[in-house]
Amino acid sequence: MARSTFGRKGPVAYLLRLLVIAYLFFLVAWPVSLVVTNTFDEGFVSISDLFADPDVVTALRLTLIAAVSAVVINTVFGVGISLLLVRYEFPGKRALSALIDLPLSVSPIVVGLALVLVYGGREGWLGPTLERVGIQVIFSTPGIVMATAFVALPLVIREVVPVLTEVGIEQEQAAESLGANAWQRFVRITLPSVKWAIVYGVVLSLARSLGEFGAVKVVSGNVLGETRTATLVVEEKYLNFDQQGAYATAFLLAMVSVACIVVVSLIRPKSHD
Amino acid sequence: MSIEVAGVNKKFGDFVALENVNVTIPTGQLTALLGPSGGGKSTLLRIIAGLETADSGTISINGNDATRLPAQKRNVGFVFQHYAVFKHMTVAKNVAFGLEIRKRPKAEVAARVDELLKLVHLGQFAHRLPSQLSGGQRQRMALARALAVEPQVLLLDEPFGALDAKVRKELRDWLRRLHDEVHVTTVFVTHDQEEALEVADEIVVINEGRVEQVGSPDQLYDEPANNFVMGFLGEVTTLNGRLVRPHDVEVATSPRPEALTGTVSRVLRIGFEVRATVTTEAGDVTTVMTRTHARSLGLESGVQVWLSEAAGATTVPVEPTTTVG
Ligand SMILES: Nc1ncnc2c1ncn2[C@@H]1O[C@H](COP(=O)(O)OP(=O)(O)OP(=O)(O)O)[C@@H](O)[C@H]1O
Ligand SMILES: [Mg+2]
Repeated sequence: MARSTFGRKGPVAYLLRLLVIAYLFFLVAWPVSLVVTNTFDEGFVSISDLFADPDVVTALRLTLIAAVSAVVINTVFGVGISLLLVRYEFPGKRALSALIDLPLSVSPIVVGLALVLVYGGREGWLGPTLERVGIQVIFSTPGIVMATAFVALPLVIREVVPVLTEVGIEQEQAAESLGANAWQRFVRITLPSVKWAIVYGVVLSLARSLGEFGAVKVVSGNVLGETRTATLVVEEKYLNFDQQGAYATAFLLAMVSVACIVVVSLIRPKSHD
Repeated sequence: MSIEVAGVNKKFGDFVALENVNVTIPTGQLTALLGPSGGGKSTLLRIIAGLETADSGTISINGNDATRLPAQKRNVGFVFQHYAVFKHMTVAKNVAFGLEIRKRPKAEVAARVDELLKLVHLGQFAHRLPSQLSGGQRQRMALARALAVEPQVLLLDEPFGALDAKVRKELRDWLRRLHDEVHVTTVFVTHDQEEALEVADEIVVINEGRVEQVGSPDQLYDEPANNFVMGFLGEVTTLNGRLVRPHDVEVATSPRPEALTGTVSRVLRIGFEVRATVTTEAGDVTTVMTRTHARSLGLESGVQVWLSEAAGATTVPVEPTTTVG
């Protein structure tokens, strides 16, 4: 009897499964679950303490504002750049494509320093000029939004580009021959075809933006109650031996990301092609 | 009137896809663009639709110059080889698309969609998604979608190319009947000469970016302009320096005046036909006849026969430079 070497029940398969489970458990599941148990050591007190502290509430609000702004910016530009990359030929296309991956490979701290070099209020290239017209970027919300947008830049694009490529241009041409103008084609044909890719890109970007630490630390100045974001609060509390507070804040951040992913997997249609 | 293509040239880089194409496509008829793969049929059709622009030359539709008109303003129905259905819309929504773009009243749209779906026999599938339809059904839906906006002309790019032989044949007959009902000027691309001969009122033969001949199926079959057209519309063999169709070669078992003699080298039976290859001094000649006829002649390998053209056969002198497709 011929048995497939890819049979599911071989000892190798069991061993592999065990390895994967152990790997995920020690690297992801266990540490994360410890954050949860530590948060709730004393019930909900640690969470309610958190919301009683106005500085923490400010930090959470700032994180939310920065993350949502960054996601909106990255979604709009991401869809635009994806269309450019897939639908048009132009010189330097490959270079642009490579440039978009840069934020994934560069350390966020480098991103932060680079932004300071350009927009820094005193010595930046552009910073002093902007400051003269009353716009402060570094050590202020715009800088935080920019840093966050920078690190999450490729996520929407990398989701949308392959789907856009696969969908092809024929549906749009069919719509064109049926009388649809460019905007109608975009809204009625292109957007719905890449809808799910955009949703995934947004979720990934949101999760990444909420958790951004390094770049934000450099550009924000970390001023308590003003430019301190939630991740910076976690660090601060941790360094000040307020472990409960640190775990509780970390838990909140993690929960938002988990909630995003759960919601998407729930509303996602079973089969979509 | 109708569709007028004048002096159209199109290059992709250095590659000449269309070279000085001049064609007039008559109003209200079913015209086939026939030719081998890569000949430029799709390119010409897409230029007529405005989905591609010609490097030079003009297109006019029903007397109006459409050369610079974008596709969305040409009022042309286009059916793609791979359907190009709107995957995220139901069948009814797909068909309604053009009407909704034109902001027609809801009731009117619903009524028209209903009528069209009946016309293409998809009445009971209105609320399905295209992914739940078969290939033939998808193509009929695409056709209904194109017809919904009452286009001046309907252009179909190998509409049945991706379907299996049986469905293809059914849809082809159906298209002919549909056209007899709707009477919209229709151009369809095909590389299947049988499809073109069977369905079209008029055939435009295109090869290597040039129009080889334009005419009715009978004209093309009986008076092919050149080797290429003769060869593309059906099988040919060479007899006495002329191209002739194998079934127009008369086979005799006794000497005839002016007949070419040879020996049967191969006999092949395919269904009701018999194909015999005869080796002569001037090379191999293929002949085709019915089984009954072959039996009455006693046709077998090694038998000596005399070959001549049947009276009234269509023949074309062999041009040595042209390769026969
Ligand atoms: N966008 C393009 N870029 C470069 N070359 C192209 C492009 N479109 C078509 N061509 C070339 O032009 C020639 C004609 O193409 P076209 O699609 O018109 O052929 P066709 O007659 O429709 O063939 P088929 O029966 O295979 O569909 C082909 O050699 C093709 O490679
Ligand atoms: Mg083609």
